[in-house]
Amino acid sequence: MLQQLFFGYYAFIIIGLSLLVITRKNPGHSVMWMLLLFFHIAGLYLFLNAEFIAAIQVIVYAGAILVLFLFVVLLLNLKEEISLRQVAGSWPAAFFISALLFVAVTAALGAYVQGPAGRYSIDVIRSETHAKALGKLLYTEYLFPFEIASLILLVAVVGAVVLAKRKLRS
Amino acid sequence: MVPLHWYLTLSAAVFMIGMFGFLTRRNIIIMFMSVELMLNAVNISLVSFSHYLQDLRGHVLVFFVITVAAAEAAIGLAIIIALFRNKQTAHVDEMNEMKG
Repeated sequence: MLQQLFFGYYAFIIIGLSLLVITRKNPGHSVMWMLLLFFHIAGLYLFLNAEFIAAIQVIVYAGAILVLFLFVVLLLNLKEEISLRQVAGSWPAAFFISALLFVAVTAALGAYVQGPAGRYSIDVIRSETHAKALGKLLYTEYLFPFEIASLILLVAVVGAVVLAKRKLRS
Repeated sequence: MVPLHWYLTLSAAVFMIGMFGFLTRRNIIIMFMSVELMLNAVNISLVSFSHYLQDLRGHVLVFFVITVAAAEAAIGLAIIIALFRNKQTAHVDEMNEMKG
């Protein structure tokens, strides 16, 4: 009962905050609501026994990506943007498409059959700690994708510098 | 015990809100934030599947999704800054150079 209540609180707040994020006129306000949203999602991850994922959700998403968003919102002068028309004229069509997607996903849920359980039960993770179990898997079975991820980050760093710098006069 | 369906419905709802925001909002920064919202919705479903199947592969996937989201945010915001420098606007209706 307590668990359902806990989940209900998180689900209600997450949906409300995501609605706030996409409806605010001022992008700065949206970023602030999104910060709160990410903390709630991290709480949901803790509820699912994924403490390392919750930590990187807070550190990387709330700490790095949102600060980047906030920098850009504050760098650009959006004063006159806010007075412009914010919503596309065809919003009923967009609502229809996204509602159709939601109905399709929830209708397919009834056909879900649970697969065989893996070997990382809660007791195994608790005895080994989550970060250690995840690290072992990441550095053995998923070593090659891990290296590719590092390459993607390198490309992002170089690309961001190249795109954002002013053209030098030759 | 909370059933898995609840998590997946929550994930689908957040994804739907993100998609609606991406399709309707005309401010490029908020459109970008809607993409992040959709990525987070997928992360919720991956972590919950991982928990209910007692497997850590979902967590590994979430790890990679967060990495790619960080790279995408850096590149995307750099593109927004470059666009704003040339056009002085973040309104997508006024960015129509590639219409041909």
